[in-house]
Amino acid sequence: MINQYPIWKNLLVAFVLLVGTLFALPNIYSQDPVVEVTGTRGAEAGASLQADVSAALDKAGIPVKRSELEEGKLRVRFSSPEAQLRAQEVVAKALPPEFTHALTLSPDVPAWLDGVGGQPMNLGLDLRGGIHVLIDVDMDAALQKAAQLQVSNIRTFLRGEKIRYVTVKADGMGVEVRFKDAALRDKAQELTAEEFRALNFSAREEGGNFFFRAAISDAEQRVLRKQALAQNITTLRNRVNALGVAEPIIQQQGDRRIVVELPGVQDPGKVKDLLSATATLEYRLVVGDMQAAMEAERTGRVPPGARLYRERNGQPILLKRQFIVTGDQMTSASSGFDQQSGSPMVSVRLDGKGGKRMRNVTTENVGKPMAVVFKEKRTIGRDENGKEIKKWVEEVINVATIREPFGRSFQTTGLDSPAEAHQLALLLKAGALAAPIEIVEERTIGPSLGQDNIDQGFMSVLVGLALVMVFMVVYYRVFGIVANIALITNLLLIVAVLSILQATLTLPGIAGIVLTVGMAVDANVLIFERIREELRIGSTPQASIHAGYAKAFSTILDANVTTFIAAVVLFSIGSGPVRGFAVTLAIGILSSMFTAIVGTRAVINLVYGAKNIKKLAI
Amino acid sequence: MQIFKTGTKIDFMGKRKLALVFSLAILLVAMGSLLSRGLNLGIDFTGGTLVEVGYEQDADIPAIRQVLEQGGFGDSSVQQFGTARDVLIRLPQSEQSSAKLSNEVFGLLAKAVDDKVELRRVEFVGPQVGDELTEDGALAVLVALMAILVYVALRFEWKFAVGSVVALVHDVLFTVGLFSLLQIEFDLPVLAAVLAVIGYSLNDTIVVFDRVRENFRKMRKGTPEEIINISLNHTLSRTLVTSLTTVLVLLALFFLGGEIIHGFALALLVGVLIGTYSSIYVASTSVLMLGVSKADLMPVQKEGVADDRP
Repeated sequence: MINQYPIWKNLLVAFVLLVGTLFALPNIYSQDPVVEVTGTRGAEAGASLQADVSAALDKAGIPVKRSELEEGKLRVRFSSPEAQLRAQEVVAKALPPEFTHALTLSPDVPAWLDGVGGQPMNLGLDLRGGIHVLIDVDMDAALQKAAQLQVSNIRTFLRGEKIRYVTVKADGMGVEVRFKDAALRDKAQELTAEEFRALNFSAREEGGNFFFRAAISDAEQRVLRKQALAQNITTLRNRVNALGVAEPIIQQQGDRRIVVELPGVQDPGKVKDLLSATATLEYRLVVGDMQAAMEAERTGRVPPGARLYRERNGQPILLKRQFIVTGDQMTSASSGFDQQSGSPMVSVRLDGKGGKRMRNVTTENVGKPMAVVFKEKRTIGRDENGKEIKKWVEEVINVATIREPFGRSFQTTGLDSPAEAHQLALLLKAGALAAPIEIVEERTIGPSLGQDNIDQGFMSVLVGLALVMVFMVVYYRVFGIVANIALITNLLLIVAVLSILQATLTLPGIAGIVLTVGMAVDANVLIFERIREELRIGSTPQASIHAGYAKAFSTILDANVTTFIAAVVLFSIGSGPVRGFAVTLAIGILSSMFTAIVGTRAVINLVYGAKNIKKLAI
Repeated sequence: MQIFKTGTKIDFMGKRKLALVFSLAILLVAMGSLLSRGLNLGIDFTGGTLVEVGYEQDADIPAIRQVLEQGGFGDSSVQQFGTARDVLIRLPQSEQSSAKLSNEVFGLLAKAVDDKVELRRVEFVGPQVGDELTEDGALAVLVALMAILVYVALRFEWKFAVGSVVALVHDVLFTVGLFSLLQIEFDLPVLAAVLAVIGYSLNDTIVVFDRVRENFRKMRKGTPEEIINISLNHTLSRTLVTSLTTVLVLLALFFLGGEIIHGFALALLVGVLIGTYSSIYVASTSVLMLGVSKADLMPVQKEGVADDRP
């Protein structure tokens, strides 16, 4: 029997259609504005928290659409963004300190659909608004920092071995040690090489001086780079989390770049400042009195083991070179106001090692003054290559007398403003950046432009689709209607696949869909033209349908494979938006092959198959 | 409905000399423009900063210029974007360009104007990123062409592969040349469109080649020129219908898709039209000039089994 599909093929088409509809379905539900509450450090949101939050919102008179608990997270849904914004403040006050909250959008998908894994497509930043930044990590600086660390390690080691060296200096990606004679150098090199296996050693002589150089090996450099990147990603993630942005994306791109994408952020300036900020605190003992400091400033002679600093009012002060603790050793920090003076303060908590050291130093120095240094990296200009020149700015913000020994937790005052205290606490909590970073690309889309893009994209898909469908019906009549069914199914499948893959739909992605609509009918045009040709040379309708599909198949395949190649190339080189286009184009090619060949054939077979037909409406 | 009631018999190949002159002429103009004027590259490639702001009323461009000038951004370009309320400010690539510039510009505007101003879009691309993108983009076009060359050579024959790549280079040069000639901004979406043009134009060419191959095998009589002519006539209806449907959706995209997608839609429109022309004249002419013969396509290799097809 000609032009009849076996049952399994009809079932396959029906099955694909069903699954496609199911997974495309979540996209029609509205997105609710949501305040999401998440526990930090293992805390989980439970029923009691839910009750507290609901009570607080109730008291403030903010209508809640629904609140739900899922995987230790509390989601409170609202009917409008205004309610969400008002609720944010109320929720912030009601939350215990171990919980953080964020604003987000969440689709109101029914439980049964959610249960089978139905989720809507992600909207790209160009559609929902938000900020995208590409961050370059200065790997050379990270390596130099590592070399600097080795300088003090090697120095300590040589002292421990009682070997007399002249100097130990950092030299690019390595350390150079100078000796008076070759024998001493050789002995030192041998011992050091045994101790520091990750370094590559080489010897050299110049002008009666004997050197050995310990360079960081290539393998070690790779490890260091990887670590620096990983730590920077962690730090950036911590900072972003502190902003309370829902669904942030922070990921590696290439071997020295990090992408940060924050949907729905309203204030890009603040985000950029926070991401690239470097600020920390150091605690140091004071050396001498004010007289000594003035003297040192005047003469330029600083006592050994000390360094000249300045207070915020410009007053010079001498501090010990060796710090007691620094920001790296802080595990948590929070800002607030000092109970007595009412001035902004930061309270910090040290890790075990830092706490022990602080206790030892403060125990030995009761009654002596201790200074807090605020270190911040600021841009002071640019070099001739346009690269930012950054410099550490160090200011003594606070000098206080140690009244009694203290350990892991304490407070520091002396900051300019609550905002500065807040920012500092945030940075201390997030940890330090392992290597300096620079923003090399930024794309920010305001929320109104995002909505415009959605509307315009949607509109052009609709109008394009309508034009093509009208043309197809006029030109191919019944077969045109069948092609149109395939076209709509194709759109449904693209949306379903994008939803299943949880791919991100961008404006160029919508353009890809529009283009697919235009090109998807190509397969049907090829088939229908073939059928017409067969009819023209006098074949029977049934034979023409059969031959039309058969002969057009290899053409369609060749044509689509080549377009697919172009899509794959696009995907592999493209950045965000271009990738979105490539993804929808590729998915469109695959799904249009299915709908235009298998799908239309199933319908045509149902309409015409196994019947005695005199004429085709084509 | 049909455009051509019966099979057409247009002598395409007879006019191939004319087409050759036409193609060479437009390519010369395209090349000339590319070499002399170059492309008006967007900040995706050059690096720089771009700020789009929206006002509630029609924007006062001279006032905005003045504010920027006083704020030390005298060398920035200010223009309307799409509607009268939207303004696009481009800051030239300078030593100072950093992610912070956009903040300063928006800060200036927010302070200076009584009318409420809203930040719609910021794009900042550092110089090194732009350079990388230019290299990657050119590389992508080359890689795509190579991959296609290989595929077509494997599926057809090397003369067809060369013919299709000549047609693709023709289309890409023409499209890019037009952007150069009219100095329309060439940005990342436009590059994506050019790559899509490669895909589309190839699609068209392959359909024609497929028929040429089929007819070479089927027809016992006829010169290569005649067979190619017949194949072009066979596929003409399909070529025009597909181009038409694609152009329809592209027109929708061009007029309704918004300002950002404009260049993209334009590049595709141009590409689809020239791709349709080149699949008939450039690709087929090249194959003919390379001296394609029956023997080239005769290897008897069955193309699948009919029952296996849907």
